[in-house]
Amino acid sequence: MGPDTFTNGLSAHRRRLQDMTINLTHLQRLEAESIYIMREVVAECEKPVMLYSVGKDSSVMLHLAKKAFYPAPPPFPLMHVDTTWKFKAMYEFRNRMAKEVGMELIVHINQEGLAQGVGPFTHGSAVHTDVMKTQGLKQALDKYKFDAAFGGARRDEEKSRAKERIFSFRSAQHRWDPKNQRAELWNLYNTRKHKGESIRVFPISNWTELDIWQYIHLENIPIVPLYFSDKRPVVERDGSLIMVDDERMPLKPGEKPQMRSVRFRTLGCYPLTGAVESEANTLPQIIQEMLLTTSSERQGRAIDHDAAASMEKKKQEGYF
Amino acid sequence: MAHQSDLIASDIDAYLTSHQYKSLLRFITCGSVDDGKSTLIGRLLYESKMIFEDQLSALEADSKKVGTRGGELDFALLVDGLAAEREQGITIDVAYRFFSTDRRKFIVADTPGHEQYTRNMVTGASTADAAVMMIDARKGVLTQTRRHSYLVSLIGIKHIILAINKMDLVEYSQERFDAIERDYRAFAARIGLNQITAIPVSAVYGDNILQHGDNMPWYKGPTLMSHLETLEIDRTDVMPFRMPVQWVNRPNLNFRGFAGLIVSGKVTKGERIRSLPSGKESNVASIVTGDGEIDEAVAGQCVTLTLADEVDASRGDVISVANDPPQSASAFEATLVALNDAPILPGRSYLLKLATKVVSATVNPIKYKVNVNTLEQLAAEKLELNDIGIVELELDQPLVFEPYEKNHDLGSFILMDRMSNNTVGAGTLHFALRRSQNVQWQFTDVNKKARAQLNRQQPCCVWLTGFSGAGKSTIANLVEKKLFSIGRNTYLLDGDNVRHGLNKDLGFTEQDRVENIRRVAEVSKLMVDAGLIVLVSFISPFRAERNGARALFGEGEFLETFVDTPLANAEARDVKGLYKKARAGELKNFTGIDSPYEPPEAPEIRIDTTKLSPEQAADLIVSTLRTRGIIPQE
Ligand SMILES: Nc1nc2c(ncn2[C@@H]2O[C@H](COP(=O)(O)OP(=O)(O)O)[C@@H](O)[C@H]2O)c(=O)[nH]1
Repeated sequence: MGPDTFTNGLSAHRRRLQDMTINLTHLQRLEAESIYIMREVVAECEKPVMLYSVGKDSSVMLHLAKKAFYPAPPPFPLMHVDTTWKFKAMYEFRNRMAKEVGMELIVHINQEGLAQGVGPFTHGSAVHTDVMKTQGLKQALDKYKFDAAFGGARRDEEKSRAKERIFSFRSAQHRWDPKNQRAELWNLYNTRKHKGESIRVFPISNWTELDIWQYIHLENIPIVPLYFSDKRPVVERDGSLIMVDDERMPLKPGEKPQMRSVRFRTLGCYPLTGAVESEANTLPQIIQEMLLTTSSERQGRAIDHDAAASMEKKKQEGYF
Repeated sequence: MAHQSDLIASDIDAYLTSHQYKSLLRFITCGSVDDGKSTLIGRLLYESKMIFEDQLSALEADSKKVGTRGGELDFALLVDGLAAEREQGITIDVAYRFFSTDRRKFIVADTPGHEQYTRNMVTGASTADAAVMMIDARKGVLTQTRRHSYLVSLIGIKHIILAINKMDLVEYSQERFDAIERDYRAFAARIGLNQITAIPVSAVYGDNILQHGDNMPWYKGPTLMSHLETLEIDRTDVMPFRMPVQWVNRPNLNFRGFAGLIVSGKVTKGERIRSLPSGKESNVASIVTGDGEIDEAVAGQCVTLTLADEVDASRGDVISVANDPPQSASAFEATLVALNDAPILPGRSYLLKLATKVVSATVNPIKYKVNVNTLEQLAAEKLELNDIGIVELELDQPLVFEPYEKNHDLGSFILMDRMSNNTVGAGTLHFALRRSQNVQWQFTDVNKKARAQLNRQQPCCVWLTGFSGAGKSTIANLVEKKLFSIGRNTYLLDGDNVRHGLNKDLGFTEQDRVENIRRVAEVSKLMVDAGLIVLVSFISPFRAERNGARALFGEGEFLETFVDTPLANAEARDVKGLYKKARAGELKNFTGIDSPYEPPEAPEIRIDTTKLSPEQAADLIVSTLRTRGIIPQE
């Protein structure tokens, strides 16, 4: 498969978009649903923001936002809650994208956490995630007084997300009260809230991993190169391949980074994100690998292995 | 995630192309506990290879540990997890599952449970195209089956798949299957369900799920999966064009586009359209999407329309085909489902959202509620969680709508509480009530403004609220005397007096209190219109009602006056001996004792009776009227 199957696929898709006016495809329906949700937020909320995590789901979300408000640019800023431990390639990509779409990019780092030197190696993944991500996010929302924040979570990612609303309320303390979720019927979203309260909005709730990849493929959406295979320096730890992305990574005695052909299925903080060995370096190859693969997407994320704190609990405390 | 297709390995591009044009089917599964719903969904996920190996090995382990199948794969465990969450008290009204085959992507709304069933099912059903109704072959059509079917019919799902499960436990008997199907069809016809496909299955062994298997050679119909893959989704594109305006896109002076989701029909460039409620007509100048301009767009697409003429439409308006527009009305008959612990009370002012429009609405009256098990009609004074009522709705302004039956998007609504902001109800519109279309507000030539000028006063409503015995009547009386002495035209509405006449049919239950206040608010509004300064002296304990009253008046016409006397002081005074009676249990629903008082959050006037005498309090009110320009300066 060469690059032209790509473009062929793309223009065929566009053509079909024009002819196939009767039965919309599943991707067209998902796209319309996401666009509707985003417009609803912009129409009814005072100060929305899009949480941008630089991963593939964020890329799709950003792409949908561009479409939703075209020809206007999306009428809200992007915000990245930076743990300072992301892959270098993610930072480069983030800055390039913000420039390209012409949206304001807010980068927030939990300065207290930074001052205390909180990091995954010194404090463990649970503390690191809590301080730099969960607390960082709360700080940022308080600081800028955003009343609605778009997030790229999908319901197929995990059992507990399967039942979360698309519009999910947070108290003024950013807590999620699972016992008190609002009924959500048809596409009638209730965005009313008291002062200080906010809403997390998940416009791609109903997309699956395959939908995301297929859409990236069809729409030619840029993604971080780390998703494609390349020779990268990695060490093997507890069965995971961890990339040595910078000098902050302490090597154990006898540990020597090896150059291996790897790629990433999800992206997060590099010390917490396992790579998979792969030769896939085109989107169809990635999709093929995903379809043939035998382990679920989030297995590569160390945070999910922390059995002590379930996703439920993290969410109640304000983790996205 | 091994999708069956061998194409994945051999020709990924061909595979992707074939998957690009899948359609999407949303369905809901209904059934009583233990009918096999989880097992069925688990199997569908498993069979469509949506299960990864790590999940599969977890499933194997769990099946041995806690499974109900003697160590064999228990598919139900794939979708459970809900049970545990329920124990933690988490509301799980609906969980969504995803799977896809070569032909379709599926979103399954799985609604667990018993108690909250109505709320959960209605929520899950609201976005579904089809319903899989599970029946245990041993038990046949049960009360629950009837209830679920009724709810499905309310939401307007037309495709029913009757999955008669556990056929293995009835020896795969055709007779049993036929009998249940007959039974069900007889009942379903009564509630207007007629597109029914009955399929005998065994969720556990897989008969007629993907493959027919050898156990029921007598069954010639489709398997469950092939039926789900091929059933025809209702088409909304053949109806007349309608698009509620969601957002007005104005990036610069040269572009003004109306963004929205087309809810029915299609629109072509150049077509004549009408904007409602204004009724202005124009032509579609362009159909803009994120992929550029297109010539035609259909139901289900989000687009941005620009028009040839300057048309001042805003969010909540509806753009429709010019020669076949929808109607507007401000009163309806509707089905209303209560979704919240706080009951829906007739007379209370709620916010109603239909498509992209939000208006004020009151339920008035509840005609009856429906027993979902027997379909019996029962009298009701309020709708409590999970109740389904047939009600009349009154709005503060006309709304562009269509009956739900005809157009789901322009006929469905939610009700939101003004105070808690919660979604307290959801419903479907049946038809507009004649009165709303015929009884127009009469515009008279001598109006409020003219009368105000003649009287040299701005009419307004001073609304005194506070505990019984707080001093409201005393203060209101003094205020009226002072205003009278300077030649102002006033009227005092006092709680007790009104209860002797206009409201003598009302008691003190929550819903009667709501109605009591509603009537007083309406009367005050008429009096303000007549040019008077109206003093209202009512306990009016609920914020929602006071806000409802406020909503009737114009800017600056409503002065909420909080007569702030601590309960202990009011009770110590006990002028009428009522607190004593209430404490003794002789008076029920007494504010402050066994019925709540919700103090105003931002009253225009607050009177601290522990600091001010009644005389000083009255002066404070009169001087406030002066500074607000309601009566002339001295
Ligand atoms: N023999 C038999 N048992 C079944 C079948 N479907 C489900 N069951 C069993 O019935 C019980 C309840 O099933 P489950 O899927 O948990 O029901 P749910 O409460 O509707 O989700 C479990 O023990 C299942 O294994 C079937 O087709 N045949």
